[in-house]
Amino acid sequence: MTAPMSVPACVAIQGLVHDYGERRVLRGLDFSVGEGEIFGLLGPNGGGKTTLFRILATLMRPTGGRALILGHDVEREAPEVRRLIGVVFQSPALDRKLTVRENLRVQGRLYGLAARPLRESSDDMLRRVHLLDRASERVERLSGGLMRRAEIAKGLLHRPRLLLMDEPSSGLDPGARQDLWSLLRELRDREGTTILLTTHLMEEAERCDRLAILNEGTLVAGGTPRALKSEIGGDVIAITTASPRELRDGIEQLLGGPVRVVDGTVRLERPAGHELIPRIVEAFADRIDSVSLGRPTLLDVFIHKTGHRFFGDEAA
Amino acid sequence: MNRPLPAVGALLWREVIRFLRDRNRVFGALLQPIIFWALFGSGLRASFHPPVPGGSVPYEEYFFPGVVVMVLLFTAIFSTVSLIEDRREGFLQSVLVAPVPRSMVVLGKVLGGTVLAMAQGLVILALAPLAGIRLVPAVLGESCLILTPLSFGLTALSFCVAWRMESTQGFHAVMTVFLMPLWLLSGAPFPSLGAPAWLRALIALNPVTYGLAAFRRALYPAGAPIVEGLPSIGVSILVTLLFCAVTFGVALGLAVRPGPGTPA
Repeated sequence: MTAPMSVPACVAIQGLVHDYGERRVLRGLDFSVGEGEIFGLLGPNGGGKTTLFRILATLMRPTGGRALILGHDVEREAPEVRRLIGVVFQSPALDRKLTVRENLRVQGRLYGLAARPLRESSDDMLRRVHLLDRASERVERLSGGLMRRAEIAKGLLHRPRLLLMDEPSSGLDPGARQDLWSLLRELRDREGTTILLTTHLMEEAERCDRLAILNEGTLVAGGTPRALKSEIGGDVIAITTASPRELRDGIEQLLGGPVRVVDGTVRLERPAGHELIPRIVEAFADRIDSVSLGRPTLLDVFIHKTGHRFFGDEAA
Repeated sequence: MNRPLPAVGALLWREVIRFLRDRNRVFGALLQPIIFWALFGSGLRASFHPPVPGGSVPYEEYFFPGVVVMVLLFTAIFSTVSLIEDRREGFLQSVLVAPVPRSMVVLGKVLGGTVLAMAQGLVILALAPLAGIRLVPAVLGESCLILTPLSFGLTALSFCVAWRMESTQGFHAVMTVFLMPLWLLSGAPFPSLGAPAWLRALIALNPVTYGLAAFRRALYPAGAPIVEGLPSIGVSILVTLLFCAVTFGVALGLAVRPGPGTPA
């Protein structure tokens, strides 16, 4: 998949391959992210997201292929790339013994900021993540959500053109997630910052401008959340039952076409699902516990593209 | 990155602040060697008189410079052990993606360890009069000149060990079988004089021996019996500087190589 022609690519990934020893975790990825986009990499844990993230963050060299950030090769021009990107890791990268402000000071020094711009930028970022009043506290005394915000302020301190975030919502309560997303949109709209994030949360993926679904090291789909969902078209019928396999076989005989069992639920995607429900209920009334009809979600997109379900309990 | 020095300064500053905020570390690092010295010094006093050319010296006096070197070694180890956890997840991740040359990251870390080691070494050194060693400004100055490169080398050495380690448990194992013997076989707890030939050979091959020899020579006037028979000051300083250069070089070599497939 490619970015719209009018937008220059901020991230361009070409034939990217990565192996851990014998195991191939990235199997030839090709996609690009336009400047000023919020782009989500959606996939299960172990699907290759974090590997891709670490390659883009210049922490690992790919086995094959290339990744360019604003025209610079992450492997060969790592110093240039490092200046352009801000990185927010999933695991805390703050020094817990230092205060929030001290962490930012070290970070600013690493990025070559002089004392004054560093102080200004530090205050500005802390204000934007609503941490200014806690800036003098040691990181170890902050809650998980506040730590995450400090982490984000740290990643944004040098005003990167591209912000890379690994599972940015992990450990945030719903309110904090809301705040995070308003901040990300503000960055995109006001400063044109490109944001590339990994996630396994449907709710988070829904908010991205564009998505790539990564499964077992392969891109299985890409596009805007709306386009992805409309690819499925129609409705999704979900049926709970005590014997899902039998019911699946029965419905396949009755209606034809693919019917899937996902986590004990029988699911099928069909246009005009409401017309099919009476037929299903009539035929299998004794075996059905409940039937629901809905618009396709990104979860359905994933199931549709890969034929299996991977998401854990957190799937929204 | 055009100005790497502020980055080195920031990394060094962080090491010092972290240390000062960790009270247990401050106490542990200082008390442990003092206890060691007090117990071994007074316990072995009656049964062990380290031989020096033309006689022997009280054990607590002989042992004292070794305790200072032990402080340097332990501080070096403690300040680099954090690398193991920090590299995969933690503070070091964000340092590794910053536009700072790896050499400056290594330098910041090693200098941080050196400063901490020196600070603690000097606190212990201030107790020298208790061991019967006279401290005059010249002695103090010369000691600093010797102990600084020794601290640097020891920190760089533990950096090399920690950088490749997967777990802190592994680091402890290496510490016991590799780093501790460096101290044991440096002439710190017992002199080379009178030891069997194979042990003397090991002591002569150990670079720390030379740092400690130079330190002992700084503590005593030239020609004092206790420093007779030690490597000469010139050789000692040369070996110590070489030790710094080699360990730091290896640390750099390890840190700049991301290697395909492995986290950098």
